[in-house]
Amino acid sequence: SLRDLEESVRMKLSLTKVVNGCRLGKIKNLGKTGDRTMDIPGCLLYTKTGSAPHLTHQTLHNIHGLPAMVQLTLSSLAEHHEVLAEYKEGVGKFIGMPESLVYCSLHDPVSHCPAGYVTNKSVSVWGVGGRVEMTVSKFMAIQQALQPDWFQCLSDGEASCEETTSMKRARKSVDRSLLFLDNCLRLQEESEVLQKSVIIGVIEGGDVMEERLRSARETAKRPVGGFLLDGFQGNPTTLDTRLHLLSSVTAELPEDKPRLVSGVSRPDEVLECIERGVDLFESFFPYQVTERGCALTFSFDYQPNPEETLLQQNGTQEEIKCVDQIKKIKTTGCNQEMTSFEINLKEKKYQEDFNPLVRECSCYCCKNHTRAYIHHLLVTNELLAGVLLMMHNFEHYFGFFHSIREALKSDRLAQLKELIHKQVS
Amino acid sequence: MAATASPASLDSAPRIMRLVAECSRSRARAGELRLPHGLVATPVFMPVGTQATMKGITAEQLDALGCRICLGNTYHLGLRPGPELIQKAHGLHGFMNWPHNLLTDSGGFQMVSLVSLSEVTEEGVRFRSPYDGDETLLSPEKSVQIQNALGSDIIMQLDDVVSSTVTGPRVEEAMYRSIRWLDRCIAAHRQPDKQNLFAIIQGGLDADLRATCLEEMTKRDVPGFAIGGLSGGESKAQFWKMVALSTSRLPKDKPRYLMGVGYATDLVVCVALGCDMFDCVFPTRTARFGSALVPTGNLQLKKKLFEKDFGPIDPECTCPTCQKHSRAFLHALLHSDNTAALHHLTVHNIAYQLQLMSAMRASIVEKRFPEFVRSFMGTMYGDPTLCPTWATEALASVGITLD
Repeated sequence: SLRDLEESVRMKLSLTKVVNGCRLGKIKNLGKTGDRTMDIPGCLLYTKTGSAPHLTHQTLHNIHGLPAMVQLTLSSLAEHHEVLAEYKEGVGKFIGMPESLVYCSLHDPVSHCPAGYVTNKSVSVWGVGGRVEMTVSKFMAIQQALQPDWFQCLSDGEASCEETTSMKRARKSVDRSLLFLDNCLRLQEESEVLQKSVIIGVIEGGDVMEERLRSARETAKRPVGGFLLDGFQGNPTTLDTRLHLLSSVTAELPEDKPRLVSGVSRPDEVLECIERGVDLFESFFPYQVTERGCALTFSFDYQPNPEETLLQQNGTQEEIKCVDQIKKIKTTGCNQEMTSFEINLKEKKYQEDFNPLVRECSCYCCKNHTRAYIHHLLVTNELLAGVLLMMHNFEHYFGFFHSIREALKSDRLAQLKELIHKQVS
Repeated sequence: MAATASPASLDSAPRIMRLVAECSRSRARAGELRLPHGLVATPVFMPVGTQATMKGITAEQLDALGCRICLGNTYHLGLRPGPELIQKAHGLHGFMNWPHNLLTDSGGFQMVSLVSLSEVTEEGVRFRSPYDGDETLLSPEKSVQIQNALGSDIIMQLDDVVSSTVTGPRVEEAMYRSIRWLDRCIAAHRQPDKQNLFAIIQGGLDADLRATCLEEMTKRDVPGFAIGGLSGGESKAQFWKMVALSTSRLPKDKPRYLMGVGYATDLVVCVALGCDMFDCVFPTRTARFGSALVPTGNLQLKKKLFEKDFGPIDPECTCPTCQKHSRAFLHALLHSDNTAALHHLTVHNIAYQLQLMSAMRASIVEKRFPEFVRSFMGTMYGDPTLCPTWATEALASVGITLD
């Protein structure tokens, strides 16, 4: 029957295995033509106004291991609604990525917007031109123009904004988000254009367990294509306190639908979330590293050959010795949040370092350039620094996700986790 | 010094240029430069990558656009990262990983552009560094020494550069000094077999001074000549006359490099006047301001009129930006803080310049350069007769009419 046919072409998540709460698998039948696949655990390509930061099509495609799905943000695209509506062919084509799967989130995880702009009827995002207020109908009209493969449903994410969530605020975030969801689903049914787009339901509820569970259960009852776990962004400490909420939430969600988390991108946090049933992540962390003139160097090679171990140990020791120095530099300017997963190429010691950023890295930057050159580009404020660092940092990060999947396949996640934790300062 | 010679040639100087075709009307030539890092077809436009980088585009992208020679700057690189480091990195080629040719300017132009920080004496130019206040003396010897460390394929003499708007005895002083500095550069040059030292003709806008400079410098044993001291604030009428005077007195079998010229119309006219090589920051700089170069001029893509323009910058352009993106997308991206917008335009503008030179070269080889010029002016100005007066006169002086 037609129904069966529809079912068979609808996207499908198949789990290969589940190890200690970590899900390894594939999402199939994705995209408008229904023939694309995504691996989980995985990440989405972070973009700003529809383009990977600093990268053109050429430089983007130098990167190995590019995710199949790109993350766009309504905050950067809502103000271009009219243009996209007139364009008619969807945002993927508009941005020059017709081959990519497209996920549209509400906000940009890097520059989160001011709180206080969610009402019972609308949610606001901030673009270059200022605030764009969206009711359900405006939101859906924009999605009609964008025609993404997946989109985050309009939701109230502000319960997690303040230091402590009140019960009342948490409850409101769940009620509003469910109301928005039901209205969006209704409008989707009436739109032919949006039949091929999948709505991602958003789990809210602040830090209140009761509300989180309610949100999960209620959202799971709706015909959404997947779930976004919202409100877990913040610094490492805040995530720590929320991890138990995360486990409880995912336990309520169906196994055969993907789980995304917003605002979590650091390698150690990614592992924590995967262990608690999360499948997909945003890749803004490599971008943040790039912006502070740093390069990701952390190792995810959990089964190196003995010679490599020795070399890496020597390398790690050197890095560890310098951690104190780094901490001193940390507090000046944009190095404030520098992690121990990276090196700061602005440091004078790289001035004459003719090694690549990371030995054995096969990215364009490491194959063609040296630390000394990147250092020079940063010191002279040249645009190429951002381009080269972004290429390296994305590739390194995607390599990390590949290693997670490999580790899960061969039951070595514990080793990978130990390796990552050794490198957290 | 060297024996008197005709503009034809000096027997012992290396011949790096091979003439492939000459326009039978104008002075336009198509040729081929044989340089240590490969062949370069002329006429050629050389993009400027001042600090060992072509702004936001990678060496691979630049290579893919067909660029075979670009510029680096001795003054900047001499300060940061410095010649010792670059030497350790196997020269500028090694440092920036550029497999093709490099031309380095001597640092002379900074004397004009950074005039408040510099002082000229017979010894050289004394600069105060804008970064740390340190004083450096850039002498002809020092400039060549730095350029030797950089290892560029073409190096420029240190010249005493005076702004083209300056008049009076300073112009004459600078012209004679440039000759003396040329000789000092030749004497100091350690690697004449690996690096081609070009002379730079000075003399400002004074025909007599220029003629004297031409006569003297062409006696020297150098592989190529640059026409300097122009492309400042002078009027175009004066500009073209100095270019024409220079090309009429420079040897035919050596390349003529007109420094600082990059606007499309100027390139076409100066090719007609007999120039082979050009450099200019304009195309790459204007890209970073959101301006895309097209055969009819330029598109200020940040303007609202491009908001819903779904065509490429130029439907005839084969660059990656035009192959993949619309004006509307670039407009939106230019209004964001994603630097990718600038890189898209840099790629396109370099492609535009290189495609223009390529088209000119083909027309010279195929003996239809005057038609090319007419067609170019027609597209640019709506009608060939609407071409600026100075250009019309310059072209007429070499036998090309626009009506």
